[in-house]
Amino acid sequence: MTGRAALIAIIVVAAAASLPLVLSSYQVGLATEVLIFGILAMSIDILAGFAGRTSLGHGAIFGVSTYVVVYATAQAGLPPAAAFAAGVLAATLVAMIFGLLAVRTSGSYFLLLTLALGMIVWGICLRWTQITGGENGIRGDVRPAALLNNNSFYWTVLAGTAIVTFAVWRFVRSPFGLTLRGIRDSESRMRSLGYNVPLHLFIGFTASGFFAGIAGALYAMFNNFVSPSTVALAQSVEGVLMMVAGGVGTLFGAFVGAAAIIALENVVSTYTERWQMVLGVTFIVIMIFAPEGIIGKLNAILMRKTR
Amino acid sequence: MNRRQFLKTTTAALAVTGAGSWRGAHAQDAPIKIGLLAPLTGVVASGGKEMVEGVQFYLEQVNSQIAGRKVELVIEDDASNPDTALQKARRLVEQSNCHMLIGDLLANTGLAVANYVKGTGTPYFIPIIAADDLTQRARIRNVIRVAGYTASEFTHPLGDWALKQGYKRIATISQDYTFGHEQCGGLAQVLTEGGGEIVQQFWHPLNTADFSPYLGQLADLKVDAIFAMETGADSTRLIQQYASFGLKKTPLLMAMNGTDQSVIRTLGEECEGIISPAHFAEGSDNPVTAKFVKDYEAKYGKIPSLYGFSMYSGMMWIDAAVKKIGGKVEDRDAFIDSVLTTELVDSPLGKTVKFDAYGNPIYDVYIRKVVKRADGKFWNVPIQTYPNVSQFWKYDPETYLKQPPYSRTFQGIKKA
Amino acid sequence: MSVFQLLNGLTFAALLFVVASGFTLIFGLLRIVNLAHGALYLFGGYIGFTVAARTGSFALGGLGAMVAIAAIGFVLDQGLLRFVRGHDLRQVLLTLGFAFVLDDLALVIWGGDSFTVPIPQMLRGGLRVFGVFYPTYRLFVLLTGVVVFAVLWLLLNHTRLGALIRAGVDDAEMVEASGVNIQRVFLVTFLLGSALAGLGGLMGGAFLSLYPSADAEILVFSLAVVIIGGRGSLVGVGIGSLLVGMLNTIGQVMFPELAYFVIFGPMAVLLAFRPLGLFGRPA
Repeated sequence: MTGRAALIAIIVVAAAASLPLVLSSYQVGLATEVLIFGILAMSIDILAGFAGRTSLGHGAIFGVSTYVVVYATAQAGLPPAAAFAAGVLAATLVAMIFGLLAVRTSGSYFLLLTLALGMIVWGICLRWTQITGGENGIRGDVRPAALLNNNSFYWTVLAGTAIVTFAVWRFVRSPFGLTLRGIRDSESRMRSLGYNVPLHLFIGFTASGFFAGIAGALYAMFNNFVSPSTVALAQSVEGVLMMVAGGVGTLFGAFVGAAAIIALENVVSTYTERWQMVLGVTFIVIMIFAPEGIIGKLNAILMRKTR
Repeated sequence: MNRRQFLKTTTAALAVTGAGSWRGAHAQDAPIKIGLLAPLTGVVASGGKEMVEGVQFYLEQVNSQIAGRKVELVIEDDASNPDTALQKARRLVEQSNCHMLIGDLLANTGLAVANYVKGTGTPYFIPIIAADDLTQRARIRNVIRVAGYTASEFTHPLGDWALKQGYKRIATISQDYTFGHEQCGGLAQVLTEGGGEIVQQFWHPLNTADFSPYLGQLADLKVDAIFAMETGADSTRLIQQYASFGLKKTPLLMAMNGTDQSVIRTLGEECEGIISPAHFAEGSDNPVTAKFVKDYEAKYGKIPSLYGFSMYSGMMWIDAAVKKIGGKVEDRDAFIDSVLTTELVDSPLGKTVKFDAYGNPIYDVYIRKVVKRADGKFWNVPIQTYPNVSQFWKYDPETYLKQPPYSRTFQGIKKA
Repeated sequence: MSVFQLLNGLTFAALLFVVASGFTLIFGLLRIVNLAHGALYLFGGYIGFTVAARTGSFALGGLGAMVAIAAIGFVLDQGLLRFVRGHDLRQVLLTLGFAFVLDDLALVIWGGDSFTVPIPQMLRGGLRVFGVFYPTYRLFVLLTGVVVFAVLWLLLNHTRLGALIRAGVDDAEMVEASGVNIQRVFLVTFLLGSALAGLGGLMGGAFLSLYPSADAEILVFSLAVVIIGGRGSLVGVGIGSLLVGMLNTIGQVMFPELAYFVIFGPMAVLLAFRPLGLFGRPA
């Protein structure tokens, strides 16, 4: 089984690595975005799929990392690696604060609360002009010179994505991850078994924020730019939508979802500026007809066939 | 871009590569591709629509031909969002292979795109993006302000005008971002250097729903005049709430965007009498301006706004520059040089406009007043003209550039 | 804090109350976090604006907005939400998708210019209150807020429907088990909550104006109100509105740099001690 999984993983990564050979430079840029947003969606899935709590504040955690990385390179003059680490660390800290406040709630309250916490971050980025540049944001040459070429940057992000994905996969299959799943299925039972539920959720939230921070730091290098729209609610929503489109609790579905949404956006916006309406309808259709997501749907079809 | 246009482009591209031998000649036959970035959705969607209209209005008049070459316009929606603007700029440059970009409305979208084209070298024209430093301390050679202006360019003369009216004590209220800091700074510096006083400055976030807390404080200050720098819906609200709180007895001065047609079009008497400085006044009696306004109104059913006018004139400027190099936009260096040395002759302003040494246009600046037109619509009419105003006002450019850019903390205010 | 600023806080709180009370009714009884509530507000404002401008009657504008938004609410609830009952996440994302569609539709229909609902002649101008000159219309908003609170309070506490709603907020299954058609109560509540959003749109549209993204702004304020007040509590919404309205004014006057933080900071602190808000009950 592990042998087979490893083989599949190698094939997928190899296929992804050969994409620049067939895609145009612009499309390689899109593929890079798919990977970055895929990591964000996957980090949300850690909580949504394995702890039963969906965060609408992960865009803010992601964006804090982007801000710190751009600021650290453009204003503070830190080398890229140090800036990257600072960004991820900042995102993790923000996630810890979010986690402290949010872990005692569940369901709709959790959604609302994470949404509101994300709004605070957005408000700070918008108004703390001296540091964040306010509405205009901050620009700089964040990406290291060696990665300026679209293809080399893509391969770097791909390598990073492979490592992060493996780490997340191990994390959710660890005894700790199994406990999270237990909490998702029945909080009261886990409590009566003597588990410290809030502590587990807090650690889960922090880990999830750490991974979102990695995505945010990569995004800083991708865009060389950051503004409040990177930490806005729309960013969180997009991440959640990608996760749901791929399939909640499937982890790798996050990348399928990210690819589907980004491709849809690019194709649709070529023909009409009513892109927002199409996105809205897509939301509704997925929620009603395919709540299990693309991967979930495929799994279900495969299951039926094999039976 | 719709499917038909897309197919047309593809066929044209295939024809070029297929023919082979006379490459030079064929490059000339291929269309000039212009990428237009405009916010067609999001907060400033109505302004974005008018930007597109301005460009299309011009292209229609020249039959979509510049220097004998067909012009192909590729329109992308920047969604009033810098991340989207950046992505769309990439698409226009890397996928659609546009020869040049033009547009964007919000400063944050323009700055994001400028940062990107710095790396690609693609000529990028910004008739609307007014961030001072793009033609001052942080110039990018291929980012050119055709038919645009720097934020503080027009508020310098407004400061002078206010002094002459005897408005010595002024309070300002402004959106809290660079565009606002710069416009307020221009006024504050000239006013205070001339012996006036900035009593207090209020900075509020964009999209402030309720201005009442600020208006209450403004009313208490007992100043000679109030200067407000607002765009879009904020401006609509400020003008309305200013009137409803009975503040109209204090003269209201605004930045040009505050009383732009895009704002006052949906307003009534509350906007009457507001003063603002600008290079364009739709109510000017200059025959060229009057004709442009009339034609535009006939075509689109509304008085042109700053957005429509600026994009129209920007396209005209590009057209003139492309003609000078015989349509060879592929030679970027020659193209950029040509743009910088071109003078805009037939623009709706009815006067010749040229660049200063820093790539920013020099204009005759009007002090305008909002008045009611015979048909009941409101528009801006010039009441005084300051000729040949550059972005440096009466300062020596080099000394001026030594002071920091205007910001919330630096407003050029001279201590009495 | 002057009388003037106090009135500013109160009038804004009154508008927030009208909008957020609709939100909390739906959240409380149906357990739906309706993220389309802001879009309903904006759409209601636009419709109210069109009706009021065409007919010249502010009252008709209000009626039109409430009826139209209730109708849209009906479509949302019966046409879409019924397929995802009982799934928190699916409901939330569905309403969000619906909000996207409504917003874009508004942009297509009304074109993105900012509009202001025309105020009737008798509400224009100002009055002298406690020694300050204050716009009549804003005082009217304040009064409307109080009236809406009174009507909702009577409805909830002195009618059979109100009793059912209150019982449903606590335990919908119990109500259903006692032989009541809870689905009908759900529907009526949803329509009522939507109509309140529409009314808020008209009221807000006359002094805060209508423009793309006004929906997100009012939604965020409403969320803060409901989070502070707690799910499904009318008194909670009242207190939450007052708190957010006053904090908003104080923030803008005293800490302009931290305007958002002044609203959301106290909210976060409150949540640390009372995760379900002041008057909330576990969902």
